Amino acid sequence: MSDWPRVRLHVVTGKGGTGKTTVAAALALGLARGGRQVLLCEVEGRQGIARLFDVEPLPYEERLLAVAPGGGEVRALAIDAEAALLEYLDMYYRLGRAGRALDRFGVIDFATTIAPGVRDVLLSGKVFEAYRRRARDGHPVYDHVVLDAPPTGRIPRFLNVNAEVAGIAKVGPIRKQADSIMQVLQSRGTAVHLVTLLEDMPVQETADAIGELTAAELPVGGVVVNQARSTPLTATTRKAVAAGTMNADELVPALEQAGLDRLDTSTSTVAQQLLSGATDHVHRLDLEERLMDEVDGLERPVYRLPQLGEGIDLAALYELADALCEQGMA
Amino acid sequence: MNARRREPAGQRRSRGHSSPPRGSASTRSTAPVPFDVDQLIDDPGTRIIVCCGSGGVGKTTTAAALGLRAAERGRSVVVLTIDPARRLAQALGLDELDNIPRPVAGSDGAGRLDAMMLDMKRTFDEVVEGHANPVKAQQILENPFYVALSSSFAGTQEYMAMEKLGQLHAQTEAEASWDLIIVDTPPSRSALDFLDAPEHLASLLDGRFVRMLLAPARGPARLLSVGLGVVTSALNKVLGAQVLTDMQTFIAACDTLFGGFRQRAEATYALLQASGTAFVVVATPEPDALREATYFVERLGSEHMPLAGLVVNRVQAEAVPAVSASAAERAAQQLVDQTGEQHEVAAGLLLIQAERARQRQRQDRLRKGFAGAHPEVPTVGVVALAGDVHDLDGLRQVGDLLAAG
Repeated sequence: MSDWPRVRLHVVTGKGGTGKTTVAAALALGLARGGRQVLLCEVEGRQGIARLFDVEPLPYEERLLAVAPGGGEVRALAIDAEAALLEYLDMYYRLGRAGRALDRFGVIDFATTIAPGVRDVLLSGKVFEAYRRRARDGHPVYDHVVLDAPPTGRIPRFLNVNAEVAGIAKVGPIRKQADSIMQVLQSRGTAVHLVTLLEDMPVQETADAIGELTAAELPVGGVVVNQARSTPLTATTRKAVAAGTMNADELVPALEQAGLDRLDTSTSTVAQQLLSGATDHVHRLDLEERLMDEVDGLERPVYRLPQLGEGIDLAALYELADALCEQGMA
Repeated sequence: MNARRREPAGQRRSRGHSSPPRGSASTRSTAPVPFDVDQLIDDPGTRIIVCCGSGGVGKTTTAAALGLRAAERGRSVVVLTIDPARRLAQALGLDELDNIPRPVAGSDGAGRLDAMMLDMKRTFDEVVEGHANPVKAQQILENPFYVALSSSFAGTQEYMAMEKLGQLHAQTEAEASWDLIIVDTPPSRSALDFLDAPEHLASLLDGRFVRMLLAPARGPARLLSVGLGVVTSALNKVLGAQVLTDMQTFIAACDTLFGGFRQRAEATYALLQASGTAFVVVATPEPDALREATYFVERLGSEHMPLAGLVVNRVQAEAVPAVSASAAERAAQQLVDQTGEQHEVAAGLLLIQAERARQRQRQDRLRKGFAGAHPEVPTVGVVALAGDVHDLDGLRQVGDLLAAG
């Protein structure tokens, strides 16, 4: 059973380098299980999704990206502000020709650059359109929409489209559009999930972002702890390593038993090096545990994803999707 | 600003970041040239160091560590940070954001270290105030488009970082206050934004549409007026009439500024190409960060901007070089199979080694991918520290690691 039964729009953010695209993709795969249709969007023109899945760069067009057990499908869309504006003009105002004229005069570039709020409304407006799109039978075309959103530093501003546009347009169509997007973003149908590593800065930024999102009345979802370390050490060994009471020489018989006494490096050196590696490992575990306490203190549902030694490929994404499903995020 | 001062080409090659030997067998090797950081910061010819790379790779820490090390080795340094982590900012004495460099307490040695944090909006306001008469400046500062542009456009930060760099450089030339400026770059989506945003902004404010809005009835613009009619009516429909009016007011008020914007953007760009400038590209041994670093290195080459080297942060330390990941894993398994729990401590330690060695192997492979494409780029790896750097001792330690290679 998912922790987010009413949520259909999952916004995934995180500090740069924490793996938010990976988590967004794994979440999309997890949500697609059991025959669901999921759209995975990106808005920053990075083509992060295409790279992750090792496919050609995504156009401004919904493309089948991956399938999930039970007949589910994940489609992907790279949203581009200019294309979204042209589409919007055409859809609502039938401004096909004028739209292209705008582009030719550099108006779109000008307007979206000089008024970043307009750009964000266009980007989130497309997500909103996909979220609300319905098939002939009245059912939503997508059961879930997952947005690989801008990083935590920019997310409150990106999602708070209303406030952004308010300074520029007090009335008018763009304002109306911003209002209806805001309604969806602030509803129970949306959750903003935050991805973090167990390191000082990402945890700090996560806490800051939760504060800002809450102040903007945007619904904060779960915290995904990515690349969490696990340990093969028993509690007793860990304590001894941390206390520095372990004697490297005591490891020598074991290394001989394991056939590590025929290397160019002496067994006692190897033993010392192993111990120093383990000491570093234990320090990091301690640090991670301290930060994990901080994450728990944020009082949000927490999901842990393991560190994968081999890097991220499709198999790894399915593995992470499994982990998210088991823990109730998807 | 005396940005175009150039040394002869021969001299430009004489620094630590010159090309590898040509024509010898070593050019075929993929082992990167070591990056001699001390040679770079000790060279009095190095006047500006720009640290760039994608978000989250440790640019600010690298910039601060280079600054402290250079100061402690006798240089007079100012470090311009963009968005430092709170505790690092405190360590540098940057508790308030006041847009001017302040001395950093606690740096030892002959040199001097000042640091500042960029106040983007204030820097922009100062540009406006410096270029327009007081009445016009006030009009601009109050316009909603200016407020949006100066406080939230992603590229504004890059533009203002460049602007501030230009100001610090001018100050250095005028007062001989510092002999080395180290700049951290904004945490943008792409490292290239730092180079592109100022030009983008300048070209927008100077572009066809702006000129059209300014002079709809004059000269060649009359020919375009049919097109303009379509454009303005479309904009009215989408944005509302009030928005367009505000936009026009903003543009009209900014009229006098436009030439200034472009000129300034061009001057700082030239400063980045000057021979006293050195780019330090920062990355981590991860695919995305190294890909960004590759783009950046290639771009610097095509812009004739001087690349000093690549810093790879967060490298997994090699604990036991003699025991590979698979050997460690095999040995651990063998111990469990043959002796049960008798040697579980050793088995645990071997599994840790297996994990670490596997990470290291993956990182080495990624770094080789970069070095394969750009063997000429001097590189230094900095091993991952257990915690974040948040005091001068930590920065000193990073400086030592940078210099030790």
